[in-house]
Amino acid sequence: MATVDIRNVRKSYGQVEAIKGIDVAVRDGEFLVLLGPSGCGKSTLLRMVAGLESITGGEIAIGGRVVNELDPKDRDIAMVFQNYALYPHMTVFDNMAYGLKIRGIPKPEIQTRVAKAAEILELGRFLDRRPSQLSGGQRQRVAMGRAIVREPSAFLFDEPLSNLDAKLRTQMRVEIKRLQDRLGITSLYVTHDQVEAMTLADRILVMNHGVAEQIGTPLEVYQRPESLFVAGFIGSPPMNVLDARFDADGRAVAMPGGAVLPLDRPRPADAGRAVKLGIRPEHLALDAAPGASSILVELVEALGADTVVYGRLPDGESLVIRMAGLPSCREGDRLAVAPQPGALHFFDATTGRRLGEAA
Amino acid sequence: MQRRVIFDNKLLPYLLLAPQVAVTLVFFIWPAAQAIWQSVHIQDAFGLRSEFVWFENFQVVLSDPNYVGTVKTTAIFSVAVTALSLGVALLLAVLADSKIKGARAYKTLLIWPYALAPAVAAVLWMFIFNPEIGSLGRLLNRLGYDWDYRLNGDQALTMVVLAASWKQVSYNFIFFLAGLQAIPRSVMEAASIDGAGPARRFWSITFPLLSPTTFFLLVVDMVYAFFETFGTIHALTQGGPGKATETLIFRVYQDGVVNNDLGGSSAQSVILMVIVIALTAVQFRFVERKVHYA
Ligand SMILES: Nc1ncnc2c1ncn2[C@@H]1O[C@H](COP(=O)(O)OP(=O)(O)OP(=O)(O)O)[C@@H](O)[C@H]1O
Ligand SMILES: [Mg+2]
Repeated sequence: MATVDIRNVRKSYGQVEAIKGIDVAVRDGEFLVLLGPSGCGKSTLLRMVAGLESITGGEIAIGGRVVNELDPKDRDIAMVFQNYALYPHMTVFDNMAYGLKIRGIPKPEIQTRVAKAAEILELGRFLDRRPSQLSGGQRQRVAMGRAIVREPSAFLFDEPLSNLDAKLRTQMRVEIKRLQDRLGITSLYVTHDQVEAMTLADRILVMNHGVAEQIGTPLEVYQRPESLFVAGFIGSPPMNVLDARFDADGRAVAMPGGAVLPLDRPRPADAGRAVKLGIRPEHLALDAAPGASSILVELVEALGADTVVYGRLPDGESLVIRMAGLPSCREGDRLAVAPQPGALHFFDATTGRRLGEAA
Repeated sequence: MQRRVIFDNKLLPYLLLAPQVAVTLVFFIWPAAQAIWQSVHIQDAFGLRSEFVWFENFQVVLSDPNYVGTVKTTAIFSVAVTALSLGVALLLAVLADSKIKGARAYKTLLIWPYALAPAVAAVLWMFIFNPEIGSLGRLLNRLGYDWDYRLNGDQALTMVVLAASWKQVSYNFIFFLAGLQAIPRSVMEAASIDGAGPARRFWSITFPLLSPTTFFLLVVDMVYAFFETFGTIHALTQGGPGKATETLIFRVYQDGVVNNDLGGSSAQSVILMVIVIALTAVQFRFVERKVHYA
């Protein structure tokens, strides 16, 4: 077990800067999820921790020891790859035992460690099979087994579930969570699936274009997104973002389409300022309260437990609302909607960073 | 349940197969049958009459002490050519597969020798190894090493082995490189995280995963060394000096075409065929078992 410290780490491929200075201190036993859209540099960062990619700038320390110049084998980490990367010519047993044999662990201990991992992962029946004779989910478990028998300081996962179908993914997600709770090994986990991130993470690092947009617990990231990017990336359907303006004394905010929402806490410092206003679809309710906006319903999606309503404000901006239960409106209806109190997020109109809270 | 394509026309399937069957008949079965027929006959000096003689041709061939020598030369030659061309090609392919600058140009250059006719290749080798005009040949002599493959049998054999391997290296290289590139990078990365150094990764991961390719090339190279090196030997040494570079296939040509001993030559062809069939069978029986078809 160990901490993983990433200090101002950079990575360039020629002229292209893929990682532009990331700082994060992963605590001992913590589960950190790297979340971000495709191409944002998640894998690159993980592979730098693994030693598969050289580090252009900054420092990575595992267990307090700087590993920049160490080979992957000397970093005491184990990695689970997206395509599992099992050794096709070896049996399941040999796949798991390979790293132990190389490290000169005595045979009896290899036997017990592999047997234990196989038991945890329910792979006992498959130890003599080749990877080609296993299903996707079973291969995934072998890859996990290969990582846990090593008893490393840290686990690195690069989208380990993305090749599985939806049902199996959910099941494996729970298994990974259980495993990590049980073993308590520091883990870095790359994904672009926000549900995985929210459910697995102790903390999430949200990445975009090679920078860390926000590092925080799943709830922090959901409740207090630090930037428009995070606000839009976390949550489904994504947060509504509208062009709005504080009124002259900072006591209310003018919505597009004319409605004026009173603020529960006035912001005199921001009086008259143009901002981006964020409201989560689940924080909008059908309500004729003061400041409610009128929308024209364009599409209603009934999901069973929830209903998602796509509407349009009078000035043409779209607004998404998520309500519990079955639909109570139809396409073409006009509705009055208002946000729940305290559910407004304000972002700087140019930088997209979150505005500080009202005093 | 097995699905079958139904032909209304009963003749069509045979018609479609006919070209393949014809080619096999004309270029393989017919000559082979002729060789077998010839091998049990003796022709008179003018080639007008032939007489059935049972296995006399075989007896004569096999009791000729020179023939045993040729078998030995062939064994050394083919094992050396196969081992050398496989080894060098594998080494080059591993180098080309790792990230190096100018890898494309390098690959193209390596593939060229395969496109050369044996006679042209032989001339190139002459320019290198000839003791009077060859660059390396002259250098060796100047350094005090007595190099002349036209007089020294071992040197001649070394040279034809080099020349014959060189051509086959290109062929092997292409297959090895394709084989290497089919190994997922992440598998090698997983091995290096598991603690395997480069040598260990090669022997425990790369080599086993390449084994289908290696096995295929082993069979192909063996057949190449036995049958297709005639042109190279003919152009470089004509089997000499003495009989130092005379392989079985060269001797078949020598006895049949030059010495006009059709019966003896045919008997040798038949023996050669049997040897190659036996070798291939042995390879499939014993070596293929160690091959992992992933
Ligand atoms: N070898 C390379 N040479 C040049 N650019 C590269 C190389 N590898 C990655 N990149 C670039 O670095 C950026 C980050 O790539 P990375 O693989 O880390 O993305 P990712 O976040 O893992 O995306 P995904 O979710 O699609 O896997 C990308 O823009 C990619 O084009
Ligand atoms: Mg990736």
